[in-house]
Amino acid sequence: MSSSSGGAQEALARHSRIALWAGLALLLAAPFIGLYPVFMMKALCYAIFACAFNLLLGFTGLLSFGHAAYLGAAAYATGWLVRSAHLPPELGVLVGTAVAALCGLVIGSIAIRRQGIYFAMITLAMAQMLYFVFLQAPFTGGEDGLQGVPRGKLFGVIPLESDTVLYYVVLAVFVAAFLFIIRIVHSPYGQVLKAIRENEPRAISLGYDVDRYKLLAFVLSTAIAGLAGSMKTLVLGFATLTDAHWSLSGEVVLMTLLGGLGTFAGPVIGAFTIIGLQDFLSDRVGSWINVIIGAIFIVCVVAFRKGFIGELLAWQKRRGAGK
Amino acid sequence: MEIFGIPIQAFLGQLLLGLVNGSFYAMLSLGLAVIFGLLGIVNFAHGALYMIGAYVAFVALDRFGINYWFALILSPLVVGALGVLIERTLLKRLYKIDPIYGLLLTFGLALIFEGVFRYWFDVSGQSYPVPELLEGATNLGFMVLPNYRAWVVVASLTVCLGTWFLIERTRLGAYLRAGTENPALVQAFGVNVPVMVMLTYGAGAGLAALAGVLAAPVIQVTPLMGSNLIIVVFAVVVIGGMGSILGSILTGLALGLIEGLTKVFYPEASSIVVFVIMAIVLMIRPAGLFGKEK
Repeated sequence: MSSSSGGAQEALARHSRIALWAGLALLLAAPFIGLYPVFMMKALCYAIFACAFNLLLGFTGLLSFGHAAYLGAAAYATGWLVRSAHLPPELGVLVGTAVAALCGLVIGSIAIRRQGIYFAMITLAMAQMLYFVFLQAPFTGGEDGLQGVPRGKLFGVIPLESDTVLYYVVLAVFVAAFLFIIRIVHSPYGQVLKAIRENEPRAISLGYDVDRYKLLAFVLSTAIAGLAGSMKTLVLGFATLTDAHWSLSGEVVLMTLLGGLGTFAGPVIGAFTIIGLQDFLSDRVGSWINVIIGAIFIVCVVAFRKGFIGELLAWQKRRGAGK
Repeated sequence: MEIFGIPIQAFLGQLLLGLVNGSFYAMLSLGLAVIFGLLGIVNFAHGALYMIGAYVAFVALDRFGINYWFALILSPLVVGALGVLIERTLLKRLYKIDPIYGLLLTFGLALIFEGVFRYWFDVSGQSYPVPELLEGATNLGFMVLPNYRAWVVVASLTVCLGTWFLIERTRLGAYLRAGTENPALVQAFGVNVPVMVMLTYGAGAGLAALAGVLAAPVIQVTPLMGSNLIIVVFAVVVIGGMGSILGSILTGLALGLIEGLTKVFYPEASSIVVFVIMAIVLMIRPAGLFGKEK
């Protein structure tokens, strides 16, 4: 049994490596095969966001239902720093990410005091509080948001005005974030997170300070979500209240669930699917877009909980077992 | 007459408005707590059901000339039936899996309802007239009391206490509480638990709709009125802890009052005060004011 399942696992690992390289090749070639770069950049930013969210829900078992707040906090911070304080883009992104991590630290240390469904409600409520802060604060531009954020020059030399150049910068950031998350999950620390997800009381009884592990996971996840928000501001040139709204917090759950919870590539595929769908449908169906998103949500929860990648893996496993 | 430099009429007016909001928090968090107790589902669609309740009253009056008093009965029945339908077709598939999925499914439902009502009614909102019987205001000497607002507080308190009585003091309530503790055993004693679960969700939905009808004349009826409220109600539920019925009622009212007071003294903070209180309560008493530590 061990030899056959080992062989199946090897085949699976080989297949996933091939798929990952193929995906990367596709992303590298994207500007030359006619894929609209601004759309691709936007989708990549949301893919980073979904991967960050997946680190929490998929690999730690914590449902943060207010993740848009961190994306929004970083988006506003970067927008303000680059536009009004004339900081170079790399510093703007760095500080934006740090701001999101700080928000994550404060909110996370409050939210981890409860488990399960309460954790979700607390993170949602705290995110709503941040939303109201952004609505009223003097530096966020209220209902209009921050418009006309310049892209500037990376490290003072590489002008980012060209979509193609910025695309490769965003792609590099995406690949770095993606690899960083794989590294976290496969580290001894990631194994402890998995243990907490599977059985928290057991992890406590084994002597792990579960709260500290969870808080660090929360801060890492919010920092990466912030990175996504900062990059998004640079790409699109604005930061608005939509970035921090609860509906985006819901959408990132859907991206992750649709692509495959607890898989590496799943959130990326989910993000591209949802952003692509919104882009395609926005001028065709108007306000029905929310109805469609809601319907996909329900179908996912009732009948498709493994998501694309999860179903694919399960199918591979069945095929391997059938041999 | 003034209190802390604020005219007493304005002060008491805000306090009353806070109490009105608090009554809605109480009714909604009560429904959430009962549904969570028996179904283990945090019903994100609760806000949407409250919104639909208000719209049923609006459409009933606008298209069919059905008045407020009939709407108070009709709307909870319609929305309760919708709740039963939701429970039978969707929620019952989720009882054996992680409660997180229940939250996500009802979130999807809320998006659908909101989207459909936005298509039908636009986001701008409709106003619903105060019923003739409750128009005007009564002068109490120290303040002028708008009759309708007083009625909302009295009516929702009566409904809340009635629900409390039903759950804590009747045989049906005893079945319900037993079902919360151990559904398999209650089923073995001959109680039809699936039907009880279905009716509980329907009743929770009806309660939300009733709150919606009561709210219709005080606020603008808009498709977004539910989602704006439900997140605050979640915070209320976290503060109170979902363990106790009376606890949810008291917490809801108290937070409404505190919100009203904040509006008087520091209006900028009025939209976040409930969340700040939630954070403080979590630091001092993580299980919530009336929750039991597990």
